[in-house]
Amino acid sequence: MQKMYSKTSHSEQVAKMAPKDETVKFLLDYSKALSVIDYNKLKFEALLN
Amino acid sequence: MKQNTHTDAVLVSAYINGDESALSHLITRHKQRIYSFIYSKVYNRDITEDIFQDTFIKVIRSLKRGKYNEEGKFLPWVMRIAHNLVIDHFRKNNRMPKFENKDDFNIFSVLSDGSLNAEKQIIKGQVESDVRRLIEELPDDQKEVLIMRIYKEMSFKEISLQTDVSINTALGRMRYALINLRKVIDKHNIVLTN
Repeated sequence: MQKMYSKTSHSEQVAKMAPKDETVKFLLDYSKALSVIDYNKLKFEALLN
Repeated sequence: MKQNTHTDAVLVSAYINGDESALSHLITRHKQRIYSFIYSKVYNRDITEDIFQDTFIKVIRSLKRGKYNEEGKFLPWVMRIAHNLVIDHFRKNNRMPKFENKDDFNIFSVLSDGSLNAEKQIIKGQVESDVRRLIEELPDDQKEVLIMRIYKEMSFKEISLQTDVSINTALGRMRYALINLRKVIDKHNIVLTN
């Protein structure tokens, strides 16, 4: 029986993985919504949607 | 998206200064590597997605709070955060191990509720009352030995002392009691199983 050399190896498949577009979009939206307010050496986080 | 040629350090400082698109470039540049790193540890797409998201939430918060010192090590820093979150994930799972059913194996096929359901309880009650009625039909000497042995859990020595017979006689009465019970059960086709 001939060996199949064309099949991609597991490590190659792992290397090509990427997060879903929704996840990236969520992070970008989260970043836009998050603002850090400095007040008398205190930092407040505000999530503005 | 257009390939951005700025270094990580330039993009990080642009992001800290309010340029949101810089974050997009940073994520696009490193997402594959970070995602693959997480996946190589947890081997689960959903968990990888969660940890990837939590990693960048930490990155965003740290950058916006000004907690990150730029030393040209953005990627190792993000990888370290991802690594710590992977460890947190395994710690949490060790505290509360989770079992997932696979297609070919279901845990409930080997785990069952040992207590009897209502129907089986009724049947058990009927069987027990049938056995008591059968015992009542036995000759008195056999019945006495059987009740002492089975219901009172007495030893044959104790039975022999209480009934003033030898141990062998008590054993013989017990034997005949069981033989007689079996005879009656066979004769009347009584079912005594649940």
